[in-house]
Amino acid sequence: MSKSAPIAKKAAPKTAAKSAKAKASPATPISVPEGAAAVPGPKKVRVHYLTRVEGHGNIVVDVEADGTVSTCRWEVPEAPRFFEAMLVGRDYKDVHHIVSRICGICAIGHQLASLQATEDALNIHVSEQTHLLRRLALHGENLQSHLLHIAYLVLPDLMGVDSILPLAQTHKDAVLKFIAARRVSNEFSRIICGRTTHPQRMTPGGFMQLPSTEDLVHLRTILTQTLPNLDFAVDFFAGIMDRFPKFERETEYVGLVSPAEYAMYWGEIGSTKDERRPVRQYRNVTREYIVPTSTAKWTKNQTDSYMVGALARFNLNAEHLRPMAAAAAKKLGLVKGCTNPYLITIAQLVECVHTVEESIEMVDELLTRGIRDEAPARPSISAGRGTGAVEVPRGILFHFYEYDDSGRIFQADCVIPTNQNHANIQKDLEALTPKLTGLSEKEIELKLSMLVRAYDPCISCSTHCIDARGLDDGARSLVRFNRK
Amino acid sequence: MAKPRIAFFDFAGCEGDQLQIANLEERLLDILDHVEVVSFREVATNHSDDYDVAFVEGSITRPEDEIRLKEIRKNAKVLVALGACACIGGINCLKNFLAENVYREEVYGASARWFPTYAARPLKSVVHVDAEVHGCPIDPNEFARITKELLLGRAPWIADFPVCVECKQAGNVCRYEMGRMCLGIITRAGCNAACVSEGAHCWGCRGLVPGANLDAARIVMDRAGSDRKATQDLLRFFLGDTGAAL
Repeated sequence: MSKSAPIAKKAAPKTAAKSAKAKASPATPISVPEGAAAVPGPKKVRVHYLTRVEGHGNIVVDVEADGTVSTCRWEVPEAPRFFEAMLVGRDYKDVHHIVSRICGICAIGHQLASLQATEDALNIHVSEQTHLLRRLALHGENLQSHLLHIAYLVLPDLMGVDSILPLAQTHKDAVLKFIAARRVSNEFSRIICGRTTHPQRMTPGGFMQLPSTEDLVHLRTILTQTLPNLDFAVDFFAGIMDRFPKFERETEYVGLVSPAEYAMYWGEIGSTKDERRPVRQYRNVTREYIVPTSTAKWTKNQTDSYMVGALARFNLNAEHLRPMAAAAAKKLGLVKGCTNPYLITIAQLVECVHTVEESIEMVDELLTRGIRDEAPARPSISAGRGTGAVEVPRGILFHFYEYDDSGRIFQADCVIPTNQNHANIQKDLEALTPKLTGLSEKEIELKLSMLVRAYDPCISCSTHCIDARGLDDGARSLVRFNRK
Repeated sequence: MAKPRIAFFDFAGCEGDQLQIANLEERLLDILDHVEVVSFREVATNHSDDYDVAFVEGSITRPEDEIRLKEIRKNAKVLVALGACACIGGINCLKNFLAENVYREEVYGASARWFPTYAARPLKSVVHVDAEVHGCPIDPNEFARITKELLLGRAPWIADFPVCVECKQAGNVCRYEMGRMCLGIITRAGCNAACVSEGAHCWGCRGLVPGANLDAARIVMDRAGSDRKATQDLLRFFLGDTGAAL
């Protein structure tokens, strides 16, 4: 490569910032013979293994000799794990336990999408009670994941610190309230699913074990008690909204929609730029493709990329929010049609309030109906295909299975939210690129990592990720801006 | 006395074990009074290569992983494997029973290009591991206890008896009595029979108990009416790398 300047290879942000300072001699736009040393040449800022995200991701920024930021690239070097292949030949009763291991954070969401697909394929019909409990399970996990992202992963950036730990000293009251809210969300998942990560109670056809009435009464109490803490969080964020970067980009938003509710557990596939489609036709929306020089399968629908996740759901379904959540959105200034990806975090906060409100209603319904001890519905095993789609914390998740006539998987496909967002992250980075020139490397790093972090990427959901480490020279950039 | 410096790393896995640590909530703050976290990519930006204890999650699936792991081994005084993927290879080893060209094509079709992965394996296949926190996911309480023992300079204790012991204590009805399969008979305890207590059965995520009698286990499963395919499925779920499934 002609680029002879130092490449901050394994630099973690702190060290990168230090070396950035060392390199930040006033750059003058002079033409330099290739290979010449001792003059400021093109350099790279590399946020190697982006921190405070789940999984491994890199942002690579190319800065020309004259200080112009020419390219920003989003790379995923996570080791592929081949889950779809591992499923082949497995019995329908084990499948959701295997896919659960795709992701430690959205284990419940993967189980739910998997169960939906299996039940669709094998023609299993579950009871109303099972649906209610599963919807609660989904709410519990969303709350858990959102709070982790908002308080532990994003808040430090807004407060100018490197993690939540220093905040425990400077903003002890706030941090304790966030931790308390998260503890409740974990307790929530424990009550419904038995364990927060890779739970064991759910099974095709229903539940192996049910929460007791006392459990549900307790759940109702702690959920009611957590509302003031969420109120506090809303006020806290309303006070620091100006710290989110201002950046708008017209984007296609995709998520579940339903005429009846803020769709999370079922519905049709909706888009802000496309017609509604039944879940079975998910491939017409996701349209996965492999970029020759890229790291993961990408998706596109009507435009070059689309976004899934809390902001997409908000933009599609905001009118169905419960009253307190709608009030929270108003307080935070989040309006339907928002195109600032940094505000995904704020949409998540609004969803937290909605989740708790709706969960209390569902618990009430369960308590009114009374928990019935019922055995899981049995399938009649025959060959078939089925699709499942649920809204997990990071967006819409699809599982598709084809079973053979012995109830074993013949073929499987899982489309994970973060993979659907990869292309959109790249397009956002590209739109942001021209605005970066003139900023210090430290500022560029912060701005870009905040953007990627806003998506809450869950990269270890890597059923589809292709490793591209070692191809990491400028030569393999997906889109290059040659600004003259 | 300077606080011990600890760091977290991960390879192929779901990072659910690091999440279990974050889920210690307020208790995590107590642990943090006694250690200095120099690297925890999932929750903090700072990073340093100067650490005493390295907690490593995930399996080794590529040649380049080995290089990184050996580097970690060199830097750390104590290396702790975190979770089933790191301790026994775990669920990643399911793919070891497929031909590589089969699983590649299954997932990516003909148009993919990437560097090959090899059979998934636990950390101890590559470097010396000083301590293991078993489970998929790990039990946060056990993690807290083992960390405490390490801080006191003791070799951490891990259960050397099968899950059945804790399962009886938990008062569960034996799955074999119910005509179902269960790996509790050959699996290392320490989880308080978490899965059985939740209505499922033991999947073997904590690895084989020392001295596990696999032949006897197969006879038990045969007698209980499990067909060989179902037995193999269960043994491959987590125990692929141990040879139990062969």
